[in-house]
Amino acid sequence: MATRYFGQPIKRNEDPRLLTGQALFTDDVHLPGMLHVAFYRSPYAHARIKSIDTSAAAAMPGVVAIYTATDLGDYWQPGPLLVPPPPVKDIVFNPRMQVPLARDKVRFVGEPVAVVVAASRYQAEDAAEQIFMDVELLPAIVDLEAALAPDAARVHDDLDANVNAHVIQRKGDYEQAAAQADVVIRRKLHYDRGTAAAMENRGIVVDWDARNQQMTVWDTTQAPIPIRNGLAAMLGLSEKQVRVIAPFIGGGFGPKIMMFYQEEVLLPWIAMRLNRPVKWIEDRQENFYATTQERGQVHWAEMALTRDGKILGVKDVFLHDAGAYAPYGLTVALNSQCTLLGQYDVANYTSEFTSVFTNKPIVTPYRGAGRQHGVFVMERLLDIAAKELGIDKVEIRTRNFIAPEKFPYTNEIIYQDFAPLTYDSGNYLPAMQKAVALIDYARFIAEEQPRLRAEGKHVGLGIVTYVEGTGIGPYEGAKVTVEASGRVSVATGIGTQGQGHFTSFAQIVADQLGVAPENVRLVTGDTSEFYWGAGTFASRGAVVAGNAINAAALAVRKKILKKASDELEVDEADLELVDGTVSVVGSPQTAIKLGDLAVRANPMRGAVKPGTEPGLEATDYFGPERGATASGVHAMIVEVDPETLLVAIKRYVVVHDCGRVINPMILEGQIHGGVAQGIGNAFYEQLAFDENGQLLNASFMDYLLPTSDTVPRIETDHVETPSPLNPLGIKGAGEAGAIPVGPLFAQAIEDALHGVELEILEIPLSPSRLYELVQAAKAS
Amino acid sequence: MQVIDLYTIRLTVNGVAVERSIEPRMLLSDFLRHELNLTGTHVGCEHGSCGACTILMDGAAVRACIMFAVQADGHALTTVEGLSADPDKLHPLQAAFRETHALQCGYCTPGFLMTLVPFLEENPQPDEAAIRDVLSGNICRCTGYQNIVDAVLLAARK
Ligand code: FES
Ligand code: FES
Repeated sequence: MATRYFGQPIKRNEDPRLLTGQALFTDDVHLPGMLHVAFYRSPYAHARIKSIDTSAAAAMPGVVAIYTATDLGDYWQPGPLLVPPPPVKDIVFNPRMQVPLARDKVRFVGEPVAVVVAASRYQAEDAAEQIFMDVELLPAIVDLEAALAPDAARVHDDLDANVNAHVIQRKGDYEQAAAQADVVIRRKLHYDRGTAAAMENRGIVVDWDARNQQMTVWDTTQAPIPIRNGLAAMLGLSEKQVRVIAPFIGGGFGPKIMMFYQEEVLLPWIAMRLNRPVKWIEDRQENFYATTQERGQVHWAEMALTRDGKILGVKDVFLHDAGAYAPYGLTVALNSQCTLLGQYDVANYTSEFTSVFTNKPIVTPYRGAGRQHGVFVMERLLDIAAKELGIDKVEIRTRNFIAPEKFPYTNEIIYQDFAPLTYDSGNYLPAMQKAVALIDYARFIAEEQPRLRAEGKHVGLGIVTYVEGTGIGPYEGAKVTVEASGRVSVATGIGTQGQGHFTSFAQIVADQLGVAPENVRLVTGDTSEFYWGAGTFASRGAVVAGNAINAAALAVRKKILKKASDELEVDEADLELVDGTVSVVGSPQTAIKLGDLAVRANPMRGAVKPGTEPGLEATDYFGPERGATASGVHAMIVEVDPETLLVAIKRYVVVHDCGRVINPMILEGQIHGGVAQGIGNAFYEQLAFDENGQLLNASFMDYLLPTSDTVPRIETDHVETPSPLNPLGIKGAGEAGAIPVGPLFAQAIEDALHGVELEILEIPLSPSRLYELVQAAKAS
Repeated sequence: MQVIDLYTIRLTVNGVAVERSIEPRMLLSDFLRHELNLTGTHVGCEHGSCGACTILMDGAAVRACIMFAVQADGHALTTVEGLSADPDKLHPLQAAFRETHALQCGYCTPGFLMTLVPFLEENPQPDEAAIRDVLSGNICRCTGYQNIVDAVLLAARK
């Protein structure tokens, strides 16, 4: 294929509609006769329900119906387990999934207890406020270590401890390695919770057309096809009777792919029961409780090294906060376990985790999905080892890099796709060298930093690395059709939340068919357009759907060549596809417009020959054998104000390797946004729960998101190590920017505050937390 | 059943005269989105802190989620649709956003555009610091802001 568009910074096809307010988001759907839904949610983190009184609410104006768990009858079922446990020896696994409405017990603040349907949103909310729940309060399980105390209250009464899972994985023999080490570093590290805070909250609109026996669902989901399949099964409908549309979505970042949110289960049921369209739109405060969260872990980690900084082995024991229910299996904790070793060649690794139930909102993947924690632990241990051994921090990293000739490289332990963790490809030293050059490492250390320090400035430099397993299976598919107008339509099953799929996927098709990207119309996230697929998660959209689209476009290309060679009576090899036509090479007068060819391929007279199909259309699928491993280096220079402990980022450099790049403009955007979320995670954002499990900062006034005055310019460079696992050679890029920012902050701040014996072993930080740490360091 | 009095308001929205009878508690953001079907104005927080719902009232940027519709009685409003609602004819600022890839999911974008229109009128040649300052009240979760800053610099050059 000619690559005219692949690799080009093509402007996005979707932008004009978004910029003019013409793009449809879920809350923009308005149907005649539509009713509005509001929830009564538990104000307690842990309590036994004694009674629920809805009588006052039912008498409120506009109220049409109120339902509690008992009204649901057999429809009341815990949600499905989305990801089964990995095939690891001696695994303990106690799945407990969320329920549509709490029945005997509430397990986190914000858990839905009753649902109100009214003529307007205002009336529904008024009525929800008049619902009263009588409870017996139970001790709230908030702290991870306390959760495992023998006498701790139990989140799930039928379990004898608050253990969701226990997993041990090993590579080599850590104990033996440690016995031979010159030095062993041991630390306890914390990583606390944050929220994805997509600017659009969740929402769902359901229209049940009883006469046609047809349901249409508009849902802010990242996975419309699995939602359709699940809803059809729950409601006793055929999959063909349910159409799920994930329209434009205002940011996903992971939490918009939880199957099934309680609201997603309830609204379709209500629409059928009342035979009216219904709508629920989450508000921001609800989003802080009702949408899933991520990040809480505690690690006890150790690293065994030789005197010259070679890592002999790593051991890590950690607790993972699952929240009140764990529908996602062990994805997040497994990611932490499997990403920890990063770019380093480590022969011996023991990792043991316990996933713990707590009385806090449900944890599912959020951009990075557990990888942050592993990278934080590894990079911090390396920093501490470098200091102890008197080795430069870049040097200790490069000495341990996996050598390029060792790929594919296996870490032996089982990854989230249940195959042994294998890096398909990588070349780490060039990226590090580029980052070192770009940030001007040597000069900063030798000249800049001493000069600025002499001026009394507290400046520091951080540099860290990471890998990201991307583009996992199972598969995606696509249908590519040349229409009579000459335009090309592409349908695929994944949803899109701002990643630029309308453009990057168009570029792939444009190259295969010789058309302009703006003439390729992508339909995505509508189950009536494409039947099969999994969804947008784990940085897999571009890799998996992109390759499926490429395969389908290639099949259409073959059909075009075949049909045109019949029409023009020439050999296929003599034909070319340019500017929306097919013609004999060097004879533009022979050109047939693709639209005309499509019409001829679908004749009204004559016969379609056996073995051929009408039209110029093809469907194809792609399922990668395993994930493709992207990698990168982040470097940053900060200045810390010693009085306020505010951190100003002076420079921020990212060198990234995600294989071949479809659209560098879109890729840079993904990196910028990822880094901004990483900065929030490292220094601004922390969900503060009190000892009763109450979230104390559930608003944008109190939960600080990074703003334009705190996110710096990001300088980027790239290394391209194509993945051998897919024909396009691409790796995912969606999460990379967010992954290594925590350890980067820790390292740079320590460097800036040199003279203070400060060791930062926790993320997120904040100026006030940093102040406490500095005071403690000075006191000891 | 309690009866809520309706108030009649008359205002101009994107140059068109509008008259509606509404409950006094109806938020201006809901009025625009659900009564007038101007769904380009988005709602991200409903407590005045994300800027997604920013519109112009008599030319000044205001947050529609922390105003009641009745407060707009007698005023002239402009929403993103008032810049240009035609995907084929973008306003120069909208075009600059596309040029520099200043939007990803696009949910925050109308609020950013409407914050910037009066800013650029008053500061036709702003520097980066001034741009970052005026944008610091709007939250974007996707872009990291850099390309939005570049869009403003580009629009100011043109
Ligand atoms: S929705 Fe109005 S400021 Fe956030
Ligand atoms: S583009 Fe998604 S929030 Fe700004």
